[in-house]
Amino acid sequence: MVNLIWLGMIVFGIIVAGVNGNIEVITKAALDSANDAVTISISLIAIMTFWLGIMKLAEEAGLIRALAWLVRPVMRFLFPSVPKDHPAMGAIVMNLSANILGLGNAATPMGLIAMRELQKLNRGREDTASEAMCTFLALNTSCVTLIPTTIIGIRLLYGSADPTEIVGPTIMATAISMAAAVLFDRLLRSFYGSRGG
Amino acid sequence: MFEFIAEASRWAIPAVLLFVPVIAALRKVKVYETFVDGAEAGFATAVKTIPFLVAMLVAIGIFRASGAMEVMVNTLSPVLNLIGLPTDVLPHAIMRPLSGGAALGIASDIIKTHGPDSFLGRLVSTMQGSCDTTFYVLTLYFGSVGVKKYRYSVMLGLLADLTTLFASIIIVRSVFN
Repeated sequence: MVNLIWLGMIVFGIIVAGVNGNIEVITKAALDSANDAVTISISLIAIMTFWLGIMKLAEEAGLIRALAWLVRPVMRFLFPSVPKDHPAMGAIVMNLSANILGLGNAATPMGLIAMRELQKLNRGREDTASEAMCTFLALNTSCVTLIPTTIIGIRLLYGSADPTEIVGPTIMATAISMAAAVLFDRLLRSFYGSRGG
Repeated sequence: MFEFIAEASRWAIPAVLLFVPVIAALRKVKVYETFVDGAEAGFATAVKTIPFLVAMLVAIGIFRASGAMEVMVNTLSPVLNLIGLPTDVLPHAIMRPLSGGAALGIASDIIKTHGPDSFLGRLVSTMQGSCDTTFYVLTLYFGSVGVKKYRYSVMLGLLADLTTLFASIIIVRSVFN
């Protein structure tokens, strides 16, 4: 599916630009985007190095396992293929918590650490997503910050009478989205056939 | 409540930075050596994401810059009108999973044009806050461990995003009646 979407965006984009007579934007867009991508990856070096160090300390101190133990009932249900008290569980919880608190700089490294742990448990091929990874990413993308500060700022800027009034609806929509993610995850998992890991 | 969450967010990282090394030291972990050991993998993990992110962001960049989105919106609008969905938020709904920055720009535009306290302003605010940049997250997270075959996770992410869109419309309609 990702192959199709990727090809579709490029082919459709170039055709539309060609027809509209602004084909020159394509090369610039491609190179600018490649540049943005490398900038993001390079800026990850610093926060990944830092958080991997802290997480190693937390792991050696037994804190990750303790955290995994605390959330065991929920996580056992969501991630049946991950052994109980595995460090992956701790990293997943830390990633989701950082997401909820709006700590983007900490959420991403925690998420990548969780992916590393899940990759160690991947019993299929190394280049193929495991079921636990799919579940984790579905939770991650549907679980977002409790207080969307950026959008509140924009509402304030354009003179909203109550800029924070959307916090309640946002949390409700997020809750529905997370429930849907869990449900669709189960459906798709059984539809695509259990492969383990 | 908001103040409490904001305060918790401010304290979360300093608290982790204080407690983790202190508890590790109490558990007789050699803190400095262990930190450096763990941190070693940071460079490799970050650099590993480069080809994945370049591939995905280039495709999204071309799609954005070419005006393909407008064509898509014009094609989809009549269909959405038929089932009673507000088509003004369609560009946002399409861009949200692809590019956080672009979606924020669109949301900002809608809020400016229609007012933050209009139905559309509230709807797009809710949509911006309750969705994530699904494609970016998938690319980055899978890329960091070298996973190329995403199996059903793209479909899963998009289904969740679609649910959020419908949920936002229903919730905003009923909350701000």
